[in-house]
This record gives sequence, structure tokens and C-alpha cells, in this order.
Amino acid sequence: MSSIHAPRQIGPALAAPNETPPPLTALLQQTFAGQVQGWHKQHGDETVVLGRERMLDVFAFLRDDPRCRFNLMIDLTATDDLARVPRFEVVVHLKSIPLRHRLRVRIPVALAAPEVDSISGLWVAADWYERECWDLYGIRFKGHPNLKRLLMWEGFEGHPLRKDYEKGHVQPLVPMRPVKERYDYGERYDPVRTPPPPQN
Amino acid sequence: MSNIKHLTPLDFGAEPMTIEIGPSHPAMHGITRFTAELDGEVICKMEPDIGYLHRGFEKEAEAATYLQIVPYTDRLNYVSPLINNVGYALAVEKLFDLEIPRRAQFARVIMSEVSRITDHLTCNGATAMEVGAMTVFLWFVKAREYLWEMVEEVTGARLTTNWTRPGGNANDLPDGFLPMLEERLKKVEAVLREGEILILRNKIFLDRLKGIGIMPRERAIAHGFTGPMLRASGEPYDLRRADPYLVYGELDFEIPVGTVGDCFDRFLVRQEEMRQSISIVRQAMDKLPPGDFHCRDRRVWMPDRYDVYNSIEGLIDHFKIVMEGPCPPPGEAYQGVEGGNGEVGFYLVSDGSGRPVKCRVRPPCFNFVAAMPEMTVGHYIADIVPIFGSINMIGGELER
Repeated sequence: MSSIHAPRQIGPALAAPNETPPPLTALLQQTFAGQVQGWHKQHGDETVVLGRERMLDVFAFLRDDPRCRFNLMIDLTATDDLARVPRFEVVVHLKSIPLRHRLRVRIPVALAAPEVDSISGLWVAADWYERECWDLYGIRFKGHPNLKRLLMWEGFEGHPLRKDYEKGHVQPLVPMRPVKERYDYGERYDPVRTPPPPQN
Repeated sequence: MSNIKHLTPLDFGAEPMTIEIGPSHPAMHGITRFTAELDGEVICKMEPDIGYLHRGFEKEAEAATYLQIVPYTDRLNYVSPLINNVGYALAVEKLFDLEIPRRAQFARVIMSEVSRITDHLTCNGATAMEVGAMTVFLWFVKAREYLWEMVEEVTGARLTTNWTRPGGNANDLPDGFLPMLEERLKKVEAVLREGEILILRNKIFLDRLKGIGIMPRERAIAHGFTGPMLRASGEPYDLRRADPYLVYGELDFEIPVGTVGDCFDRFLVRQEEMRQSISIVRQAMDKLPPGDFHCRDRRVWMPDRYDVYNSIEGLIDHFKIVMEGPCPPPGEAYQGVEGGNGEVGFYLVSDGSGRPVKCRVRPPCFNFVAAMPEMTVGHYIADIVPIFGSINMIGGELER
């Protein structure tokens, strides 16, 4: 049961500096010094918190290095929490079919600069996942070939999965297009009961 | 078909015609819209447009307790709802570090596999119907009804099952269920055999499905394919073998793998998987141990009614679980299960309260529809139907 006095902790606590990291995390820490901001292995899911700067290098390493060989990009999503600084985190799940291990990579993203590099050049699967992330969270992906909204329509305002977007928020109505009727039904037969289209 | 891929409409001074297929269309299972540019009947460009069934699963889940989300998961892949239920319950149990009793695990395996058979029956039946073999569709739907009646015996509903809970299942398998299920499985096997005799040698069926929608293995992996689509392309990756969950490690089954990666391979892979699922169900029925169908952890499991009304601890636990929801320790967990379409992953982030900070579903058919342009460009417009049918796009799962 949650304690009302304990401060709210979002997600697991990262490992303390004196703990030995699992081999994959240690490999990343050695190869990319300073990029790994934290790690944990809660519930058996190895997780690494990565910095944004050399993202593409790290992901290319994860895909191509023979000790990693993460050829399957399972999921790319983001989490948001207003009480957390930085607010967003892009979460990527990777799986290696030949080496059978999994990795979760979290990349903190601030609201002031909601942009990370796109990994769709490395895994084609990331294409649509990044579009969905842009659509629902407003995080841009630099280098994405076609960053358009995916699930929402083009005129949608806002990014729905952000925590400051209310669940009951009503979008502005798409205005009815004026359609010129070919046959003038006159006053007696008006099946839709809409006002006549503007004369233009 | 493939020998005119290199010619563009400009070579003939013609313009490609842009047409909209869908969203309201009998072949667009559910609602998906394709904008295709055609050169005659050959597709030169194609773009899917989804989002017509987006119901805000993740947003609703952030406002609901862990227990209240279970009915939402039924509506994700709505032809195999039990697999979604199981996947979500496993993810929550991972957050709690809970181990459920073996009887509950075997029961979940049995119901998941029955659900998988219904999923594949629907997909293969619909594919057959869309290329013209209406009879096979009706027979497979009849077989699906046999199994749905079994699902209804256990969960009370054919589709909106809402059967698993974090910590166990809502109820045990009823008395006399196992012999009934065995009888139904025999009938389903007979229907599968009849359907195969009818179409697998039919020239029209083979011409419509063979060589269509080919996705080579490396490209499939780059696209993030999982499940029958990846196995048809030649990669023997099955979560029940690669990352075993529940008691799949103790059960013996084969993984059917295709060679070419076309629609016909996917059809055959699903057919064979149904037979393997029937074998798994039989093994699980043999090994089903007696015991509880739920754990007794007071953080997640509602106490018995007697305790609720007669003890203060029971009352408090009941109240907390209903009002606040089960409160896992702060953490994050990802659990993938092998769904009818591939890896259905549930990623939960908890902050110690009874409502998740993030409840993400990784939809397997998202990758397939994203790869549709690659699979259809160069084919005729009529080939969209078998390709899209072989993907088994389920709108509820694609767009949540």
C-alpha cells in the first residue's frame, strides 16, 4: 500500500553507483563513457538511461556490435510526468533474436527542447512508432522521413497522451464543408435539415 | 507483375490515378484507409492511414486502477481477448513480483491457446472468403463457435472475456470442462482437415496467394515483425520458446516456419499453428494440477466475502483494492506474450499508487500495416485483399 508520506517516485530507483552493472550495461558504460546516466535491472528487465547527445551512435552500436546484435526493435514509446524533470522520457525496447537478450533504453527529454534523433534509419520499424510518439506526445524525431500525425487527424490540436491534456478535452469541431447541391430540393424536401450552403 | 516494376507511368506519358480504398470497405477488416496510386492496375505507391478506431486505451488506463484496466484489454485484439488478458495480468504480476499457483498458470495456457486457435480460424477463414472460398469461411466460423462456446463456459462471454486478474484468474475451470473441450477440439480438427482438403489444392486459391506480398526474412526483422508473419518469412522466433512465460517451458510443441514469406506461407503457418495449439491444450489438460486458481497476496487479491464482512482486515483490504486499486511498488515492467499476431507487449510504469503512470500496449499488427506499402507496391490492386488479409490486422489492437 502506498504511503501518503513517502515522496512520489515514478518508476524504479536507479542503481547506486557502487553496484556492479550487468554485462550489457557495463559494455555500454565502457564504450560510451558518460552517456549512460543510470541503469537498473528491476524485475529482470535490464534498463539503461541514456543521454541524448550520441543517441544514434549508441543505437547503431546496439544493433551492429556482435556482443549486442539487437536486430528487433520491439517498441518505441514515451512516458510523461509533470512532476518529473525532465518531463518526458522516450522508451525503446530492443530484442536480440540471435543472442536472446532484451534491453530497455530510456532517454530523458525536456519540454523546452522536445527533440531526439530518429532511429528509423537503423530499424525501419521505428518509422511508425516515432510518428505515433510525435502524434501523442509531441516529441519530434530529427531525421524522420515523414513525421506526420498517425492516429489523430491532421487538424488535431494538442498531444493527447501528455498529462496536461485532459481526458475529457473537446477538440474544435471540423467545420462542415459547403457543398453545392446539384438539384434544388426546395423548402418541402430537406432530408438533412442543415442550412443551405453559403452562396459563393 | 514484377517485370514491370521498373517502368513508371511517365514512360508511357500517362498519369497515375490516385484512389482511396476505405476506410469503410468490406475488405478493410474494420476500418483502415489506403491511398493508392495506380498505374493501370499496378500499385506504384501506397499509403495506409489508420486511427479510425483509436479509443484512447492508454489515456483511459492512466485514469483507471490496475484492476479496472482488465476489461479494456479484452477489446484490444478482440478475436483473441484471453491472450490480452493474460499478457496484462502477467505484466502487473511482474510489477508485484508475484508468482501465481500452477493450476492458474495451466488454465491460462489452455485458454490462451484456445484463443489463439479462434484468432487463426478467423484470419484464415476471412482470407479464404475474400479470395472467393466462402464455404471455408463458414466452416471455420462454425469451428470458431465450438471454441467460443467453451470460452463462454469458463469466462461467461465469447469475446469480452475479462477473465484474468493480477494474481490469478477470475474463476476456476468449471467441472466437466476438460472432457467437453477435448470433444470440441476433435470437432475443430475435423473442420480444419475438411477446409484444407477444399482449398489447399485449388488452383485459384494458390494463384491468388502464392508469390504475393513477399517479405524476406531480414526485411521482416528490420520491420519489427513478430509472430506468424515473421515465422512465415523464415525466422523461427516464437516468444513461447524464446522467452517462455507461464508454463510453456514444460510443454512440447513445434514452431512452423515458412520459406518464402508470401501470403500462402502465412496461411499455412497459421493452419499448422492451430494444430500445434490443439496439441498444447491437450498436454496442458493432462498436466493440469489441482490447486488454487489465484494467489493469496492481500495486496492484489480481493478477500473472501466472509472475511470482508467479518474481519476488519478483510474490510480494509477490500476497500483499498476497490477504491485505490492494487498498489505495486514503484517500478516499470515489460511483459511480452505470444499473441495471435505476434508479440503483444505490455509496458507498465508505476509510481506506487493504484493507477499506472503509463500503460502501454505494443501492438504487433502496427508493424505489419506499416510494412503494407513495401508488400503491395508492384502488385495489382486486387492483391491488396489477400495481403491485407494475411496480415490479420485487428483494428482494436492496431489503434488501441
